[in-house]
Amino acid sequence: MTLHTLSVAELSAGLAARRYSSLELTEHFLGRIAAANPKLNAFITITAEEARAAARAADAERARGAGTALTGVPIAHKDIFCTDGIKTSCGSRMLDNFVAPYDATIVARLRAAGVVMLGKTNMDEFAMGSSNETSWYGPVRNPWDLDRVPGGSSGGSAAAVAARLAPAATGTDTGGSIRQPAALTGITGIKPTYGRVSRFGMVAFASSLDQAGVLAGSAEDCALLLRTMAGFDPRDSTSVDRPVPDYPAELGQPMRGLRIGLVKEFLGDGLDPGTAALIEAGIAVYRKLGAELVEVSCPALPLSVPTYYVVAPAECSSNLSRYDGVRFGYRCQNPRDLLDLYQRSRGEGFGAEVKRRIMTGTYVLSAGYYDAYYLKAQKVRSLINQDFERAFARADLLVCPTAPTPAFKLGDKLDDPITMYLNDIFTIGANLAGLPGLSVPCGFLGGLPVGLQLIGPHFAESRLLAAGHAYQRETDWHRRVPDAYR
Amino acid sequence: MSLTRREVEAIAHLARLQITEMELPVYVASLSKILDWVDQLAAVDTSAVTPMAHPLSGEVQRLRADQVTESDHHSRYQANAPQVVAGLYSVPKVIE
Repeated sequence: MTLHTLSVAELSAGLAARRYSSLELTEHFLGRIAAANPKLNAFITITAEEARAAARAADAERARGAGTALTGVPIAHKDIFCTDGIKTSCGSRMLDNFVAPYDATIVARLRAAGVVMLGKTNMDEFAMGSSNETSWYGPVRNPWDLDRVPGGSSGGSAAAVAARLAPAATGTDTGGSIRQPAALTGITGIKPTYGRVSRFGMVAFASSLDQAGVLAGSAEDCALLLRTMAGFDPRDSTSVDRPVPDYPAELGQPMRGLRIGLVKEFLGDGLDPGTAALIEAGIAVYRKLGAELVEVSCPALPLSVPTYYVVAPAECSSNLSRYDGVRFGYRCQNPRDLLDLYQRSRGEGFGAEVKRRIMTGTYVLSAGYYDAYYLKAQKVRSLINQDFERAFARADLLVCPTAPTPAFKLGDKLDDPITMYLNDIFTIGANLAGLPGLSVPCGFLGGLPVGLQLIGPHFAESRLLAAGHAYQRETDWHRRVPDAYR
Repeated sequence: MSLTRREVEAIAHLARLQITEMELPVYVASLSKILDWVDQLAAVDTSAVTPMAHPLSGEVQRLRADQVTESDHHSRYQANAPQVVAGLYSVPKVIE
């Protein structure tokens, strides 16, 4: 059986033509998950029974001639999205016992469209990490090399799609957590514009940066899923009320005349030469398709990582204050008094990186330091945003690498938080400015995949996906699958 | 800038996090390093810059009408609580 080699678009057509049932498809992927997960650790929870029931319902719906393009297509959800009646851990001991009492909006939307959930994917604890090593459930391994990380924080989703354990998966991106793991595992990932996709039922990390998106085998598959996920949600006060374009229908936009901005600060000296060569080759594909290349400068952009490491921890320290050991989540044994209950429940329930970020955030928000750190970072954030505004006056899309290097070895960056943080140098800017970003595979270095990143203006998802699709019609990097998972 | 043990203990207390004796020196070192590194922002001239509070310029968070739109789910939500007594969240005694 080669069902796992098919794209979401192909599976949709195959289900419509009754070449296979959703139940067969679901069993096929459940079988692959059961075989591969002990090594990859991509899933925290496998929802086999629920998946079979949903697949049967999808088959019945198709038999009635009803359903959507996605009816019966199985996918995986990052374990940050609440799933009604199913454990939602966010990769943390704090929520190891948490059974979500409702569906996140995107889970409900995909469910209503007939999508079958295979399980919940592993992730860095509370989405704080770039290697998937901070998970309470242990690290995820990269299907291209089991000694290497898959990136993070959506590392389980990325590894699952790369190993073809699921045709697509949901993810979230606060500083690069969709795009960076997509790059490190050789798949395609899109972080939409801030506010484009509802965050209701998505466990909060940094509320001015968090956005939900998709990891899949191609830009076309991302378009198919995003069309269903995107849209206004009155239950998320940051959700933007604006029509959702028909992304799959707009994939054919021509590249001729499209102005692609080369971000000077991210393509010059200091970039790993192997990565630089692959990005140049990717840019050459767009030149061949008739795009116009312009150099743009974003001088404040290199400050995006330190800016982020003030803003994101500040917001995280506020958001994670809800975990008090009282209403839900982990509670310590035999608390002496209320203070002891708070301190030990949080001290034992959170892992080292989460505690580090809560403390960083507490410090930068504390009396006497707020102006020097938090307010200052919000001002530099304005400068970064202005850089992007100027760049988009001259360019329709920007191009740069997704990550500075291919996947690194497990343990390599764990002891030095700043080295780990700098891994997100190319992705964080889009989060600070609320912009959509897409990563597409653009080649290999030493057998490991490399990603090319495109960044668009607000709400330019159609253009981004069309550019990704045009690239993927010219190249076949996105079709490569690690030998062990063919 | 270097944080002292006492400062890190104070931050941990503000954040209601128990930090063990073993963990404390690790956080003193890494938090000091992180703050040193973000200090590079201080060199940027931001005198005429408005701080950015929302990633979409011009957008503000929407308010909703103050109307009841949900039914009572409290027993469902309390199913996740570590300890419930007679429909109430139970914690150690606060007032003697």
